[in-house]
Amino acid sequence: MLKTFMRRAGKFAAIAAAGLVMSASVQAAEPIKIGSFLSVTGPASFLGDPELKTLQMYVDKINEDGGVLGRQLELIHYDDVGNASSARNFASRLIRSDQVDIIVGGSTTGATMAAVPLVEQAKVPFISLAGAVVITTPVKEWVFKIPQTDRMAAERILTDMKNRGFTKIGLISGTGGFGASGRKQTLEVAKDMGIEIVADETYSGSDTDMTAQLTNIRNTDGVQAVLNFGFGQGPAIVTRNYAQLGIKLPFYQSHGVASDSFLKLAGDSAEGLRLPASPLLVPNALPDNDPQKSVVQNYKSEYEARWDSKVSTFGGYAYDGLMLAVKAIEAAGSTDHEAVREALENIKGYVGVTGEFNMSPEDHNGLEADSFRILEVQNGDWKLID
Amino acid sequence: MLSEFLQYLFTGITIGATYALIALGFTLIYNASHVINFAQGEFLMIGGMTTVSLTAMGVPMLLAIILAVLLAGVFGILLQRFAIAPAKQADVVTLIIITIGASIFIRGLAQLVWGKEYHVMPNFSSDEPIRIFGAVLNSQSLWVLGIGAVLVVALVLFFTRTLIGKAILATSMNKEAARLVGIRTQLVLMLAFMVSALLGSIAGVVVAPITFTSYDIGIMLGLKGFVAAAIGGLGSGVGAVVGGLLLGVVEAMTAGYISSDYKDAVAFSMILVVLFFMPRGLFGAKVVERV
Repeated sequence: MLKTFMRRAGKFAAIAAAGLVMSASVQAAEPIKIGSFLSVTGPASFLGDPELKTLQMYVDKINEDGGVLGRQLELIHYDDVGNASSARNFASRLIRSDQVDIIVGGSTTGATMAAVPLVEQAKVPFISLAGAVVITTPVKEWVFKIPQTDRMAAERILTDMKNRGFTKIGLISGTGGFGASGRKQTLEVAKDMGIEIVADETYSGSDTDMTAQLTNIRNTDGVQAVLNFGFGQGPAIVTRNYAQLGIKLPFYQSHGVASDSFLKLAGDSAEGLRLPASPLLVPNALPDNDPQKSVVQNYKSEYEARWDSKVSTFGGYAYDGLMLAVKAIEAAGSTDHEAVREALENIKGYVGVTGEFNMSPEDHNGLEADSFRILEVQNGDWKLID
Repeated sequence: MLSEFLQYLFTGITIGATYALIALGFTLIYNASHVINFAQGEFLMIGGMTTVSLTAMGVPMLLAIILAVLLAGVFGILLQRFAIAPAKQADVVTLIIITIGASIFIRGLAQLVWGKEYHVMPNFSSDEPIRIFGAVLNSQSLWVLGIGAVLVVALVLFFTRTLIGKAILATSMNKEAARLVGIRTQLVLMLAFMVSALLGSIAGVVVAPITFTSYDIGIMLGLKGFVAAAIGGLGSGVGAVVGGLLLGVVEAMTAGYISSDYKDAVAFSMILVVLFFMPRGLFGAKVVERV
């Protein structure tokens, strides 16, 4: 019974598909399907929410302007609630039943990595919006990613420290995924750059006071600067404790807290600290000859006008993901998966919100560490240093 | 050397006082019903978040705090009326599970109303830390300690001197007998939930300047507070305070002298040791089971 039904359904699907193909070749107006799975709700919603808003807004905008290759874009998106196994299910649905042409999504590293085996097997181009190094190192044929890695953040911070003549530093990091990975990368990069980590402290995500750890760092011989790699409210508490203890050493934070809400939490204590961040935080301070200036300003004003909420770095990842996908499809002249993949791999000099992308078969991220800008907190606001 | 030790001690006392305040709320409901109310952390959150959002709307701080505490009290009553009371004769474990469900519900509600951002609350008094022998102490820590002390004394008096307090104790000891002597046990339970919500929300307001506050602050602080209450012996007010301070100081000393990596491990091993040798906690009541 079930078997006959399945067979009939299969036949029907085949006929329907044939019909679709014919009508597509007749009208040539079949929409290009962009699939996405994002953490729109749940603990990672601060990532997925601006990402989805950005995708929706720019898909609409591109369609109003006539679409891509004369075809409209169709955004098919699912909410993975920050859960890796639902991310995997949705990726599978996007590939098998929605038959999307390209996937732009995966707010978290967990969600992205859960979908990677599926897209590799189905051979669908996939642009991830998540941060960790593992996504594109080693290179996976069909997987690309937008954000800079935490390794680049560590490189950027340590370079700035070295330029200021600091070679012995104290490190305090969160024990969560972000902090732990950041700590590992910092230790590795420091070794390569000849910087010595003389104090290495940690705190857990639920800690409400870090003065004990900071006292240890302060009392370590020869420490010249302090770096805090962490995420959420932890770094804000560290910053406040740092000020309360009256530590005068130069203080660095990671890109994990590069947002206006961090400034609000840390208040006066944040004065003078430095961190690597997207130029999105200081769109007007960029020099006029900076190629990113107009892109960043446009994205910020369009997003804030459309959604009436503050723009975030994460939405910027979605912007770049979508634009890279569109660029690749245009360059390929079709939505043929292999052609789009090749086009993506050969994108050079695309200036986005996040940085300038130069993809290659060996580098599916395409960004350099200096796409991070070093900002300093001055008078309660961000100031562009480098 | 001394300044280092003092700094770790101050850190420990600050954290510990926070835990102690939260542990007190667990104590009260446990005394009345033998239920461990896992929504206690949510009362904390309601206190902190309501104060923050009211002050943001221009309400003076003191009034905002009072309103926030009252709101939490109302939530305490609602929780008892609509979640605990309908379960009637259900056993304690079922009731505990109900409180977990309620905590998830309240958290979801808070997320809708207030969003997911962390919020700051200013210190009650000066932002300047106090310096003693080279160590610094956040002035808010003194508020936490002071209010904690006042609440403990108030609780002790409440349970030993007032009729309602005695009624709560009687209900916890033997519900049937309490009813027979004319105590309206449902009302007593409702009162216990209300008072514990008041306590929790006061704790939430006092610690918010140190810990920040957000819709999910209750999860982490609630758990630590529960641990402190368990060390001290569930049901004992003094035990809650000693348990909280002990937990905080051990955490800070471990982070300072051993390694911050082992901080939580040492704290949790301590619980195992305490509960192994003193299964009812440091100050737990000696219960004689009649066989």
